[in-house]
Amino acid sequence: MTSPRHKKLPLEGVRVTDFSVVLAGPWVATLLADWGAEVIRVEPLQVFQPSTRGRSPRPPQAQIDTNHNWVFAYPNWKAGPRPWNQWPFFQAHARNKLSMTLDIRRPEGMEVLKRLASVSDIVIENNVPETIEKLGIDYPQLRQIKPDIIMLRMPAYGLTGPYKNFRSFGPHLEGTAGHTSIRGYSDTDPSMTEDVFFGDACAAATGAYATAIALRQLRRTGKGQLIELSQTESLIPFFGEFLLDYQMNGRVPGPQGNDLYEMAPHNAYPCRGDDTWVAIAVADDRAWQGLVRAIGNPPWTSEKRFSTQASRYEQRQDLDALVAGWTSQHDNRWVMEVLQNEGVPAGVLNNEEDAYNDPHLNARGFFPELTHPDCGTHRYPGIVWKMARTPNDIRTPPVTLGEHNDYVYKELLKVTEEEYANLEQAGHIGTEFPESMAGNA
Amino acid sequence: MIQHALDGLKVVDLTHYVAGPYCTKLLADYGADVIKVERPGIGDGARRLGPFPGDKPDPEKSGIFLHLNTSKRGIAVDFKRPEGIELLKRMIKEADLLVENFSPRVMPSLGLSYDDVRAFNPEVVMVSISDFGQTGPYRDYRGSEMVDYALGGAMYSAGLPDRQPLKLGGVVVSYLAGANAAAAAAVAVVGTAMRGEGDHVDISIMETQAGSPDRRVNMLVGYQYTGQVNHRGMLAPPPVRPCKDGYLNSQFGLVWMDRISEMLGMPEIKDDPRFVDPIEAAKPENAALFEEIYLGWLGDRTMREAWDAAQAAHVLSGPIYSFADVMADRNFQERGYWEDIEHPAAGRWRYPGLPFSTFGEPSKPRRPAPRLGEHTGEVLQQLGYSDAEVAALRGQEVIA
Repeated sequence: MTSPRHKKLPLEGVRVTDFSVVLAGPWVATLLADWGAEVIRVEPLQVFQPSTRGRSPRPPQAQIDTNHNWVFAYPNWKAGPRPWNQWPFFQAHARNKLSMTLDIRRPEGMEVLKRLASVSDIVIENNVPETIEKLGIDYPQLRQIKPDIIMLRMPAYGLTGPYKNFRSFGPHLEGTAGHTSIRGYSDTDPSMTEDVFFGDACAAATGAYATAIALRQLRRTGKGQLIELSQTESLIPFFGEFLLDYQMNGRVPGPQGNDLYEMAPHNAYPCRGDDTWVAIAVADDRAWQGLVRAIGNPPWTSEKRFSTQASRYEQRQDLDALVAGWTSQHDNRWVMEVLQNEGVPAGVLNNEEDAYNDPHLNARGFFPELTHPDCGTHRYPGIVWKMARTPNDIRTPPVTLGEHNDYVYKELLKVTEEEYANLEQAGHIGTEFPESMAGNA
Repeated sequence: MIQHALDGLKVVDLTHYVAGPYCTKLLADYGADVIKVERPGIGDGARRLGPFPGDKPDPEKSGIFLHLNTSKRGIAVDFKRPEGIELLKRMIKEADLLVENFSPRVMPSLGLSYDDVRAFNPEVVMVSISDFGQTGPYRDYRGSEMVDYALGGAMYSAGLPDRQPLKLGGVVVSYLAGANAAAAAAVAVVGTAMRGEGDHVDISIMETQAGSPDRRVNMLVGYQYTGQVNHRGMLAPPPVRPCKDGYLNSQFGLVWMDRISEMLGMPEIKDDPRFVDPIEAAKPENAALFEEIYLGWLGDRTMREAWDAAQAAHVLSGPIYSFADVMADRNFQERGYWEDIEHPAAGRWRYPGLPFSTFGEPSKPRRPAPRLGEHTGEVLQQLGYSDAEVAALRGQEVIA
């Protein structure tokens, strides 16, 4: 790029107070932090919100040993003395953030919060609405402290309506938005369909968008605002075509497998080796001709039943078996390259190891190496958007609990040494959850 | 007068199909002045995707197009011709944002690379959305909804162990890229106000998956920490279970057992080591016993009854709704979520509402998706073209 580079990140000078938990809210904060906002996580030592810094504060080693899956993937399958600084779900989003500990349920904690809010531009939370209202930190109250504050509230269903206080993680509201009904194999029922966290990903990107446009408005008009984001209502638009089809034609689809727009071949195909796959998407005759050339024009490709896109779709099961017969003789990366050279959309199914070795992600610098005090040195998934004039790397590794208490209390909020000592004594300030907080996951 | 969040933001929209149009829909629905540019006689490919009323194809009645292009104005310009490019440049000169989702070689070939554009509008933010991004070895590869997910996302781990891996529903990967692009565009616009000059946002759909909170990043970090690759079925069994008339998805896990025991009306099990001790609960016979209790409870209840009972006990849960169920649900109706929009050719349909509310949200109903070339005359007039110039361009079939 020949354009001169910017010296500042676009959100430099923006301060975010972040009460969010689990996935969707924290990921809004990540997207803002990546582009320069100062995000301060406010984390109470007295409450452990499951699935935020772990399923539980101190999972027994025996539980990790019997659950060698990604939910318990602590470094080397061992929880150290501070497992809350090591949980992969948290570590994945906690870059570029600050952490302070504070219990706002007590009056002196609320006083600290007010001081923090008075120097913040944005407050983010994604709790059950009644929790925030009971704590006394909803928009009218924050506005009294900071008249031009922007507050993003993103509960599962919104701040009004019969489901206002319904409890939900992303996978549950994906059910209510209709997504789960169309995922899965066309011959299985929903009890065979596993959870995905797509709803969290949707709410995160949409929430970051909402916050950024409110920030533009603040800068132009001097006015802050409350943004109400119902996570379910932010996801329903992703199925607009299905909702219109239902109205236009009465269609109510079930699980779609890998079918899409009557493309064929359109599936994941097995390749040489153990559990290796390539995805191939043939949308038109041009791509079909490319596939035929790549396979080497075997006789079956000229059968009449495969001569049009419509007939190929009709015969897709037979076609899938024939294509799989070819792909299974070759390495998946070879199949991808051969097909791409013929102009056919194709890509290997990258597992985690493959992703870290992927030449394209590496060429684009997607996996920066970070060193973390409780986890050591690893490569992490990086910043999702690129801006040509604003080269951007992760500035700080995943934040540890209470890592920035000194900065936030003393430098930012000008708390005196005496006050600090009192707050520490009262259990607001610290870096560890109390020993009494054991718990299972 | 109501101030909409994006009042005064001028957007030139060269996008087509899903990811780009969802980005510019988000901008338009919150008040930006989005001019969608299509080619005469051809138009956005989404006009051919459907669904169509009565399954009768008609470029003005494609459901996905109608949905993705609300609140925009539309013009038809043949930008393969020099006169068309000149027109585009006049539009871009006055724009705050330029959004496109061509393959990466197209904009430079039109003389509209970021550097070209910056030369006559230094403040413009250009947003490019593509399968693999503007740089790197896959830059010129062909992607798709499923291919981008296969390479970037957690498809490898999705599905049953003895079956092929599964894509996500519909074209959600494309929609998510659009939402990311809108967020990046808005962040860059905020940056422009501070920094004085624009930027070129490069959204790779593959990267929006590789960096997605939808399992992928958690698994990627977990792999770094343990060296373990995630195969299908590692978190089996899936948590969805049948009730009388449908299915409910509930959150299990020992930390929630007090709530689950309350939901089941069996307070005694929250202290039963067979269900709450991590080692005991993992034993197949105890897991089977719990399953039996839970299935029995669900089998006595409708989806509605089971979900309400679960929520009364604060159990994280949700039903598996069909799209008919989504539209019939009382919560979205009572909140006034849906919006009926009349389109002159396609008729009146019920559209998904806004994903979030702001104090200056645009008044309903939103403007329907533009017919091909619907606002060509109006937009050219605003740009300062005379009637004679417009007539000449029409005569040469540069515009329609």
